[in-house]
Amino acid sequence: MKQTWAGPIEKIDDYRWRIPKTYNPGMRVPGIIYADELLLEGIRTDRAAEQVANAAHLPGIVKYSLAMPDIHWGYGFCIGGVAATDIEAGGVISPGGVGFDINCGLRLMRTNLTEKDVKAKIRDLVYVLFNNIPAGLGSKGEVRVSLQEEKQLLIKGARWAVERGYGKEEDLEYTEEHGAIAGADPGSVSERAYERGRKQPGTLGSGNHFLEIQVVDEIYDKGAASVFGLDRGLVTVMIHSGSRGFGYQVCDDYARGMLRSLDKFGISLPDRQLACAPVNSKEGRAYLGAMRCAANYAWCNRQILMELTRRVFQKFFTLGPGGVGMDLIYDVAHNIAKIERHLIDGKEKILCVHRKGATRAFPPGHKELPGRYKSVGQPVIIPGDMGTNSYLLVGTEKAAETFYSTCHGSGRVMSRSAAIRKLKGRSIAKELEQKGIFVHSAGRETLAEEAPEAYKDVNHVVKVVHEAGISRRVCRMRPLGVVKG
Amino acid sequence: MVEQRPFKAWVEGSSPSRLIKFLKMKRYEVIDHTADVGLRAYGKDLETLFTNAASGMFSILADLKNVRPKTSLRIKLEAPNIEELFLSWLSELLYQCESRKIIFKEFLIDKLSQNSISATAQGEKLNSHRHRLKTEIKAVTYHQLKVRKIKDYWQGEVIFDI
Repeated sequence: MKQTWAGPIEKIDDYRWRIPKTYNPGMRVPGIIYADELLLEGIRTDRAAEQVANAAHLPGIVKYSLAMPDIHWGYGFCIGGVAATDIEAGGVISPGGVGFDINCGLRLMRTNLTEKDVKAKIRDLVYVLFNNIPAGLGSKGEVRVSLQEEKQLLIKGARWAVERGYGKEEDLEYTEEHGAIAGADPGSVSERAYERGRKQPGTLGSGNHFLEIQVVDEIYDKGAASVFGLDRGLVTVMIHSGSRGFGYQVCDDYARGMLRSLDKFGISLPDRQLACAPVNSKEGRAYLGAMRCAANYAWCNRQILMELTRRVFQKFFTLGPGGVGMDLIYDVAHNIAKIERHLIDGKEKILCVHRKGATRAFPPGHKELPGRYKSVGQPVIIPGDMGTNSYLLVGTEKAAETFYSTCHGSGRVMSRSAAIRKLKGRSIAKELEQKGIFVHSAGRETLAEEAPEAYKDVNHVVKVVHEAGISRRVCRMRPLGVVKG
Repeated sequence: MVEQRPFKAWVEGSSPSRLIKFLKMKRYEVIDHTADVGLRAYGKDLETLFTNAASGMFSILADLKNVRPKTSLRIKLEAPNIEELFLSWLSELLYQCESRKIIFKEFLIDKLSQNSISATAQGEKLNSHRHRLKTEIKAVTYHQLKVRKIKDYWQGEVIFDI
């Protein structure tokens, strides 16, 4: 089902491309894609650009429908899409603009360990992590919650985990929204979502979710890196996971529900997966309340996963908590809708910013940043595929043009089935081992599906957001060991 | 892998006997999508289409070879139209699979109309020693959801979020 896209794209500059509003009569604003010529060529090979144009149909959308350079074909919105709607002007919220894995996101920790401490023991370390961190399809966590506890978890988010001994108070300061966004409404969550969420706090999941041990191998901004406690040769740990079955169910419930209310609001859309409702409506508010529950679930999940990792490291390296020094640098979502204030043509507006496969990137001085980070800007965590690099970036003032958003990863170029076909007979685990990367995965298919060749080059994607000025490189990491779901 | 356009042309230019032969050999196929996985299922009637689509979905999720039809579950659903019913059917099976930890393999449809279905799904409780899981399906999406009759057989398409 190869479907290419031959629609109109106008060059704005080397890194910005416009899909004109005239492309489709239903578009309320133009589309803008952040890419260079080479990436753009790849973008045209599937239907992702059409999805950028489709998102421009959303009622109340302001300025443009955006796509980051890691854009790829999704369902409804493209992956790598940003769309902001003006709430007072009837702006909508769309569950499909957030995605099924609500608050899928990244968490990055620094350690006092060096590559030398880890390198020789990496195989054992990865096995011990794999045995202690529930991963893979259908995995259950060590944390089970009753219905009453689950309601508390949905309101308190990461704090719920800290109160139960998973981590420390300080971790919350370095988590977006302190690990719990206000306005979560457990009353708007279905029984099915509760059921799916009960056994999954503290589970990694499968697919592209992972836990990775890395080493800092390049510093671009020494000053910012030292603020984050990073230096060349130091070991970092990155966790990628989300709200698990709980979030999938919330999205499913509301995407279906909103499809039924489209007529009532007089909304017509080119794709049913874009179903939406005004933020200021019963339907919109209910989804927002449920989505925030799922977001808090995900922050709680990553908090537990981090603490389980810390315990493994402390035991494995027989060092106390201070010795390993596994401090949280930051935790940030990349599938979420947030209510934020932005300056639009000189006027402050309250917007509902959808980031689907896009990362918030607040500039230096922003009031929501932890005190220590005010001088450098918000950390932006960008994972690459398991054989290449990952990056730590920071937000910039220039990112005002993207509602302070940037890319979220490298973005797929090859379908999962194509990857499995192409890599048949090859052992991805062995190939990675030859490059000095030890990988352990719960599912055999996962490794082929997630092979480096299935992704765009993260170095290229990050170069584009850096050159375009919507975030700034601080340092680059190289993987040493990976636990895959 | 069958390409969409040539395939359509092929179907339209085919004789009924050739089509029947095709249908006998193919119940479903996995279709390419950059980030996710699509499924195209076929059936001589809606019942077969729904059954084949469900088998297709579970074959993406797990290796069905060692799954025995030991447990059964009644499923009754309603939806505003056939496409949404198709989606609800797959979505419901996925939910039941995750919450009950059952891999379904066989499907018996008692009653099926444009907006309701009553069926029995049979499968086996997940056993990590005997069963091999493949890919997690997070959800069934509305994107490019299609159920249509082409000549004298039915075809359904969905994209799963993986």
